[in-house]
Order: sequence, then structure tokens, then C-alpha cells
Amino acid sequence: MILAALIVVAFLGGWQAYTALSSIDEFLLPSPTDVAAAAWGDRGLLWDNFTVTAREMGIGLLIAVVIGVGLALILHRWSTVRRGVYPLLVASQTVPIVLVAPLLAAWLGYDLTPKLVVVALVCFFPIVVPTLDALSGVDAGRIKLMAGLGATRWQRLRYVEAPSALPALFTGLRLSIAIAAIAAVLAETAGSDEGLGHLMAQSIPQLETARAFAAIIVLAGFSVLLYASLSLAERRLAPWAHPSKGLKT
Amino acid sequence: MPAKGAMKSLTRAPSVPAIATLSPASVVVDSVRREFPDGTVALDGLSLRVGRGELVAVVGPSGCGKSTLLDLVCGLQTPDAGRVDLTGRTVLMPQGDTLLPWASATDNAALGLRVAGTGAKQARARARTELAALGLAEFADAKPAALSGGMRQRIAVARTLLSGADVACLDEPFGALDAITRADAQRWLTDTLAARPRTVLLVTHDTEEAALLADRIVVLSPRPGRVLEQIPVDESRPRSVSDPGVVAVRAAVLRALGVVR
Repeated sequence: MILAALIVVAFLGGWQAYTALSSIDEFLLPSPTDVAAAAWGDRGLLWDNFTVTAREMGIGLLIAVVIGVGLALILHRWSTVRRGVYPLLVASQTVPIVLVAPLLAAWLGYDLTPKLVVVALVCFFPIVVPTLDALSGVDAGRIKLMAGLGATRWQRLRYVEAPSALPALFTGLRLSIAIAAIAAVLAETAGSDEGLGHLMAQSIPQLETARAFAAIIVLAGFSVLLYASLSLAERRLAPWAHPSKGLKT
Repeated sequence: MPAKGAMKSLTRAPSVPAIATLSPASVVVDSVRREFPDGTVALDGLSLRVGRGELVAVVGPSGCGKSTLLDLVCGLQTPDAGRVDLTGRTVLMPQGDTLLPWASATDNAALGLRVAGTGAKQARARARTELAALGLAEFADAKPAALSGGMRQRIAVARTLLSGADVACLDEPFGALDAITRADAQRWLTDTLAARPRTVLLVTHDTEEAALLADRIVVLSPRPGRVLEQIPVDESRPRSVSDPGVVAVRAAVLRALGVVR
């Protein structure tokens, strides 16, 4: 954490020095202080657009989790379905979202729905893959234990497979959070009149580059915050995934 | 077929009917054969009986089909020939460390009860009481990662006994423990079974463990596994490795295995 802060400080210092020493145009590369000034000056505007994007990311991720976990459970339960559907899942990830997003806006309108589709479509895949792998890769000894106790399939899922897969689900979620912001911005630039993506797309042609940078920083900050709260949740809900050192005898 | 006839006479060792008349049998394994898809014959013409309340130890060289035998008794595999008759329900404690790392010792011990349909609260209360009765009270709330190997295996045994099954099949319960820890755990198991009598089929590669714990030792041949000899152990418990009876039984087992003459 301290290291991350040091890197940020060094980066900002270098950036500031570069903009001060070179005669680069403020509209091409604003200095960190310009960005900070823009962030403060436009705080109301940034906040309003942030809440829009945050909602798209939050609800989209939620949908991605529900679909991702649901699919993982279904594919784990029926191996025939798995063989049939897995290639389709991979194919779904080759859909060029950049090109499809405007179409989605045309089909579904300018409101929340097309953004949720884009975010969910991009984010469910990194959740399905590790979760499914973990469900199917449960330690053979534990499977035998449950069989030896006479457990049903449901009991095996509940007592062994689901807890075993939980850390993998969190791993998938972490990957999803990182790309949810990009997906939301992309969907907004494809057709929207609000949100941080829309604000960035508007600010650059208006030569408000500092404001666009401020929007990026808000979005990055939000992603880091989401990531951190997820790590916190993981420590609480799946502490066995990260056993503290020195505990084992 | 003369080979099969020879095998049959081996499986009908004289001690089998004698034990069977002492108490009603809980487990009857009758001339089972088990062949894996790759053509390996794990067991062939293996017969044994486990009387109610009896502790039978199965020893044999590695790969002789000991674990397969337990799978057959617990219904995890079906024999290709012969049959397995059970009186009551069996439960298996598989080889290795099988405590669930996310659950406390109490919740681990309660797992068998939960699977059998007992409510969460009641199962936990019974597990807690049982752990206390078996001298494991101080570990009741600990996660497996915080427990030593010996304690983990004891809790796994407690889980197996607590599941309420009539026949407990233990596959190398203390196999991975160091000698000192294992001796402690074996003494603990003797005390536990004295307080909680149960029919037990114990698989072990440790002849000393078999001689210390068992009422009768079944010696298996190398693969395909069949019964070479059955050796009763008439020593009172708790036993010690230096007891003349235990020493004699161990020697007999090693002779049957062909390790010593």
C-alpha cells in the first residue's frame, strides 16, 4: 500500500516536471495540478456523471455474477451441456464489443439497459471460467469423503464444492471489476448523454482535456475502491484462501 | 479351474467361521473380484467377515487393493463378481487429511450428522459434546489449519464415529503421522472405541498398528488381493508394543506377508 502510494507520488512528480519543463500544450497534456483544478472546479459535474457510471458498473457486475455463477453451476452439473455450451461462451467473448455497442444502443435505447448488457457480457466470462474450474477441480479426497458419508449431489455441492470454489469466484470477480469500467465507458461513448465515458468523449473535442483526465482518475479511484472492498469481503467470507503465515504448525 | 479352487480354500480360513459364530456379522465380503477398466485386477476371490463390534485390521503390501476393499464395503465401487452384504450403514474415512479447511473442528465433526439429515444446531451441539467427551474440547472452535496433524486426524475419526453409521471403515487414519504422534493417536483410538464400541474395518500398512488395535488381522496378498491369513489378537487392551502377545502377533503378520521367515 505504501509502495503503491510512493509509485503514484513519483509518477505525478515526473508528470508535473515534464509538463513544466517541456512546452507541451495544456490541451494535449495537462499537468497534474491542472487536472486537480479541473476536478475541483467540475466536482458537481463529475459527481453526477460518476453516479451514472457507478450504477452501470455495479448493476452490470451483479448481473455478470448471477449469470456467471449460474452458468458455472449448470455446466458443472451437466457435462454434456458443458461440452456444448463452453465453445459458445468462448465465442461470445470474440464479439467485437466496440462495434456492437452502438447497435445495442440503437436496439435498446439510450438508457441504462444497453450499458448493463455490455458490462455483463464482458464481465461474466472471467467469472465463469475460474469458478467452473474450481467446482470441477475439488480435491478427490474430499469428494470421496462426501461419498463415504453417503452425501447427495446437493450436499456435496453445499458442503464441499461451493466453499472450494468461492476463492476462485472472488478471483474472477477481481478480473471483472478491472474491465467493468472500460466496458461501461465504451457503452457510454456508443450512445449516451450522461456518465463519465460520455463526459470524457465530450471534454476532449471541447479542449477540456484536464476534465477528461479528472474523469479518468475518478473512474480509476472507484475501481480501486471496488477492488479493495472485494478483497476485504474475500478475507471475511473465504479466509481459508489466504491462510495467514505462521498459523500452520 | 484349479486356481480358483485353491483361492477358495484360502478364503475359507478356519478362523472365519469361528469368529462368525461368536457374533452376528456386520460385514460379509464373499469371493469378490474387482477389475479396473485398464485391466488391472485389484481384488480376486477375496472373502472376509467382520463381526458386530469387532475391529478387523486389513494389512497387505502397497497396491494390494486395501482401499478398493473399503470402497466395495462402503458401496463406492461395485464388485465385478461376488457380493458384499452389510448389516446397517457404513461410513468411510478416506486416506489423507480430509478435514474441510473452512469449517471449525466442531463443524467438521458435525458433517456426517448434517449429511444424515440432522439440523445444523443439533448437529453442532452433538459434535461439541462428543469432541469434549473424546478429550478434544479445547480444539472445538479451531480451524484445521491451526491444528496439528494428530489432532486433525482425531477430529476426522470423531466425525466418522459421530455420523452414526454401524460400520466405520478407516483407511490409514494415522498413516501420515510421525511415530510419536501416531502412538498417541492409536492410544486415543483404543480409549475412544472402548467408550464408543463400533464395528471397525481398519486398513493399515503398519503391522504394529494392526497388532495394537485389532481383534483380528486379515493379511492380504500382493495384487490381486486375496486373504492370505487371518490372525486373531487375544491381548487385553490397552496394549503396548512390548506386550509379548503384540510382539508375537506382529511376527506372525510379518511371516504371513513373507517379510520374515
